[in-house]
Amino acid sequence: MAGQVFTYIVHKEGVADDSALELMAAAGKIYPEASVAAIVTGSGAHLDAVCDAMAASYPEVWKIDQDVLAYPNAEVIRRLLVNILPADAVVVLAHDTLGMDLGPGLSIKLDSVFVPDVVGVEGVRDNVLTVVRQEYSGQVYTHVRCDISAGAVINVRPGAFKPEESRSAAGQVVDKSAQAGDLSARRRFLEVVEAEVGDVDITKADVLVSVGRGIEDLENIEIAEGLAEAMGAVVSCSRPIVDAKWLEKARQVGTSGKTVKPKVYLALGISGSFQHMGGIKGSPFIVAVNKNPKAPIFQVADVGVVQDLLEFVPELTEKIKAK
Amino acid sequence: MESVLTSPAAASLFGLPAMIFAIIIPLLGIGVFVYIIVRRVTPLIQAAPDDRLNRVPERLKMVLKIWLAQWRQPRYLLAGIIHIVIFFGFLVLGIRSISLVIIGFADHFVMPGFGGSFGRMYNVLKDYAATLVLIACITAAVRRGLFKPARYAVPPRYGHGHTSEAIFVLGLISTLMLSESLFEASQAAAQVQQGVPAEFLAPLSLAWIFRQMLSGVALAALQGIHLSTYFIHDFTFFFFLCFLPLGKHFHVITSLFNVFFMRLEKGRVKPVRYGVEDDQLDELESFGVKKFTDFTWKHILDFYTCADCGRCSDRCPANTVGRPLSPRFVSIKGRDYAFRHYPLGGGNGRPPSEPLMGDIYSADEIWSCTTCGACEQECPLGIEYIDKMVDLRRGMVEEGMVPQSLQKPLGALEKRGNPWGIMEKKRAEWTKALSEDYPVKILDRKNSAATLYFVDSISSYDDRMQSLACATAKILNGVGIDFGILGKAERDSGHEVRRFGEEMLFQDLRAHNTDAIADAGVTRIVTADPHAFNALKNDYAELPPVEHISQTIARHVKSGRLRLKPVEDRTKVYTYHDPCYLGRHNELYDEPRAAIDAIPGLKRVEMTGNCRDRSFCCGGGGLMLFYEPEEEQRMGVLRVEMARKAGADVIVTACPFCLVNIEDAIKVSGMEGQMEAIDLAELVERHMVVA
Amino acid sequence: MEILVCVKRVPDTAENEIEVNREGNDIRRDDLVYSVNEWDNYAVEEAIQIVDKVGGSVTVVSLGDEEAEEVVRREMAMGANNGILLADEAFEGSDGKGLATILKAAVAKGNYDLILTGAQADDGAGQVGGMLAAMLDMPFASLVNSIEVLDGQKLKVGREIEGGNQEMNEIDLPCVLSIQTGINEPRYVGIRGIRKVASVEIPVWGASELGLVPEAVGAVGAKAQRVDYFVPAPGEGAEILEGSTDEIAAKLIELLKAKGGLK
Repeated sequence: MAGQVFTYIVHKEGVADDSALELMAAAGKIYPEASVAAIVTGSGAHLDAVCDAMAASYPEVWKIDQDVLAYPNAEVIRRLLVNILPADAVVVLAHDTLGMDLGPGLSIKLDSVFVPDVVGVEGVRDNVLTVVRQEYSGQVYTHVRCDISAGAVINVRPGAFKPEESRSAAGQVVDKSAQAGDLSARRRFLEVVEAEVGDVDITKADVLVSVGRGIEDLENIEIAEGLAEAMGAVVSCSRPIVDAKWLEKARQVGTSGKTVKPKVYLALGISGSFQHMGGIKGSPFIVAVNKNPKAPIFQVADVGVVQDLLEFVPELTEKIKAK
Repeated sequence: MESVLTSPAAASLFGLPAMIFAIIIPLLGIGVFVYIIVRRVTPLIQAAPDDRLNRVPERLKMVLKIWLAQWRQPRYLLAGIIHIVIFFGFLVLGIRSISLVIIGFADHFVMPGFGGSFGRMYNVLKDYAATLVLIACITAAVRRGLFKPARYAVPPRYGHGHTSEAIFVLGLISTLMLSESLFEASQAAAQVQQGVPAEFLAPLSLAWIFRQMLSGVALAALQGIHLSTYFIHDFTFFFFLCFLPLGKHFHVITSLFNVFFMRLEKGRVKPVRYGVEDDQLDELESFGVKKFTDFTWKHILDFYTCADCGRCSDRCPANTVGRPLSPRFVSIKGRDYAFRHYPLGGGNGRPPSEPLMGDIYSADEIWSCTTCGACEQECPLGIEYIDKMVDLRRGMVEEGMVPQSLQKPLGALEKRGNPWGIMEKKRAEWTKALSEDYPVKILDRKNSAATLYFVDSISSYDDRMQSLACATAKILNGVGIDFGILGKAERDSGHEVRRFGEEMLFQDLRAHNTDAIADAGVTRIVTADPHAFNALKNDYAELPPVEHISQTIARHVKSGRLRLKPVEDRTKVYTYHDPCYLGRHNELYDEPRAAIDAIPGLKRVEMTGNCRDRSFCCGGGGLMLFYEPEEEQRMGVLRVEMARKAGADVIVTACPFCLVNIEDAIKVSGMEGQMEAIDLAELVERHMVVA
Repeated sequence: MEILVCVKRVPDTAENEIEVNREGNDIRRDDLVYSVNEWDNYAVEEAIQIVDKVGGSVTVVSLGDEEAEEVVRREMAMGANNGILLADEAFEGSDGKGLATILKAAVAKGNYDLILTGAQADDGAGQVGGMLAAMLDMPFASLVNSIEVLDGQKLKVGREIEGGNQEMNEIDLPCVLSIQTGINEPRYVGIRGIRKVASVEIPVWGASELGLVPEAVGAVGAKAQRVDYFVPAPGEGAEILEGSTDEIAAKLIELLKAKGGLK
């Protein structure tokens, strides 16, 4: 068996990200018998809280407490990981904005193979790991084989791996702060500029009527607004709608927008990219209306309607109003 | 005739012979005027070339009709009549004023030919003319100052209003009329007082009234009035002359030239640069208008000529719906720019090199134009706008300043020949909806036909508009025309590509289609899309004759080959919406109406005041469908309202883009069920008697 | 500032339906339309805007076959000053690390203060920028959605992070940044622009010009390799409502009521 498997835990205000356990699930798929260590960096009480929480699931938790790690700066974390990891380590990262920042460079510095945005793991044979990726916005899939004999950095797509509930461990927290080494970096974190808060908070809505590219035209936003009004719902949208400036950024659902937890999610003309689906948490009842029966959204929706939303939605609105 | 009063030429003023003043004033006036005109002409000389010295007989015809006969004035009735009165008054009184100037230093001067009975007739005429002009000036001043017609208002973003200038000029004109009449009347009153024969004054004219009023005035006073009104007239005349080129009244001088040089061809777009052939365009340093002198001299003359009457903007659909475009201010801003950068005093004489875009014009303003042509149709002075818009867009395209919403369709047109980027091989897929009774040939090596049906992109690819293509194919079949389509060899006609300023892409599309049409070996072309029609007819060259399906229908209805059954629903009232590129740009107003009226029992009303050459644009075709303008209202919504007000519940149009926009507008305004829209081809096909 | 922008020629997914070919080893490419990768286009625009402000020059480099020259030319028409094409049979089949190795060699032949890449490509993995930075030992930031030149030594860059928030960083030059869409509004490149640069000589560098040993790059040197393309059998997926629009709407209303979607 090759090197040890490590995951890097993203956390905020003392709470680990949902991906923390997904990473362990992914690590388990790479090496089912391996002992997986979670690396948690940060400083102070928040860090301790996360380490303790991780110890409930991970057999081993590496804690690195440094002021410079208070905010996760990929350039600093990369130096740290290079300093503390064994040469043939297999590192599993979430393919989020930190993982994208960190993974590629880390693989170079560790001189190991890198595979980003992995959605499936088929297993390892003779030091060759086979994973599944998507290309062309999820229109096609590919198998990727990589030689992990010298270690690997694997970025896994958030949401693609289901955490294994049963797996619980009374893991130990190992403080590796002393081994951190020189963490100076030529990129310095300054601040986070919060997105402008719009007149509406989609994160609090129970029912969202969400529009995507299929709405075709600015004027048709009214159609969605009509339905939302009839349903008592709030209008949200996918990224192209914000890029087109048809709705404000505060209404965008997705990894680059807001994370929402509605009970019911109506996706109108949304193809269902992973960046968009990544913004939907909890397990809402998803209804997809899309005229393209091949749209990936139908894979994740509970109920689908294969119709032109510009025709179907006004009719639905009328019917709801009539009741 | 013996004269009781001392003439200006013989009188003295401030102890000097008055003749000195009578010579100095004109010399100074003409000197200053010539100087101003030279300054004004400077940018015209630096401007881009324009080919306007051709087709002189046609141009003279336009001068007679639009300038002399004031053909377009009565389209706005009251303002039009007032203008006609002042215009003819000017023509008549111009001669009088000039001879007045001359008698100041050449006593007893008479204009050659004005000595005898003609002169006497002229005198009557000018007396009445002066009277009418004064009345017109007062009416105009009251109208402008008190009633303030909305179209003269200047929105704050365009600067201050022009009413004070207008009133001032009306005052100058009135002064000329009054002083001329008083000059005449004081002389006549003196003659009458002394029992000497007097000049005949037309009864009830201004001069006649003044003579009556002055009948009891002492001779010395009359002499004073005579002399002072002479010099008031003399001074006002030259002051006015020099004032004209300083503002909107420049049109008094430039209008004759502007109308002579006006655009003669409808539906066309100016070449990138006159005198440069298409195959040499690559050698041009720069495309379109970026800085002021990139405009052609005619376009700068347009700026000078704008009388600020507001008719263009009043009819402009973009302005009406609150888009940031008002053609009137395209001109006014251009004129003010010229005045500012070519000041009367100082200035280095070098053409301004700063870009106009972002200075006097904004990108949104220039992209807002649908090129519907309503402004040009209305302008009484022959000012053109479409070519300016296209030239400014050419400049922006070259600088890369194209809105993101238009970049995608332009890219798709480049790669796939249609703005949606759908595969070329799917271009003929609409024919699959037709039954075997209506075969549509694809003209390739195997198939040939006499007539080509040029479908164009929207009718080929848009789900809804494919029905228009099907209806057209059925009609062509029905009247026994041997026709075919180009299928995947067809590309977008490029009509809007050219009008949106991407000339080279247009030329690529044109070259491709021209070759494909030549390969098809057809002798006629028919299309149901007015944009394609205009492109093939006016933008392309050396193609077989092109006609619009409405012409085909009208012709075959007339010959009896196309028979139509009674209208399906007799309760419906129809109205016809003139597509801009069928109507205004190609003057096809009657054929579509004849085609509709050929359906027995069909009741059709006109959107009076908003039909034919005053049709109101639906919102624009081609790339305009992709552009996202700032606007308060959709053009289509207003159009649907006009139809409803006319009492119609079905809007018939003859253009797929009109149909898209109007059907959309019906939905948006919640008038589904009450109003509907249909294409002429669909309507005719539905009522066609199949043999 | 001397800026190098790495651009890639990719099938235009907005205008193409991507399907797997019969052999399952590639996508169907017959009818595909190619263009410059969208993210890269933003990167070039950003580079041009920076140079417009502070001076310098923009060089565009593309790694691919001869056809990639088309995108180099397009970006030069956009305003990039120089273009370089990296093409060699030995480069085929390179993995991310291989691509970064080739680009590193190209970077070494110039003297750049700033290197930009797109944050990702539709047919790629968003990895080359970060790898290149690490190989060059330059600082790196990904998903950059704003750049401000502070002085000759550093930049202030914004990164697009979760929740639509922006993470501001100070980064030392020289550095590598991967650019996110929306950072600017790329200018239009017209046919005329492309024709103007049609005859500009674009140097083509292969392994020997770059001083690379073929074993380090290409399929031989690749540790990660794509073995196939496939479309998974549709999973359970959504229950598709059938019937007339009327019936579907009625069914959907029932379902929405049951799930609390109607108030």
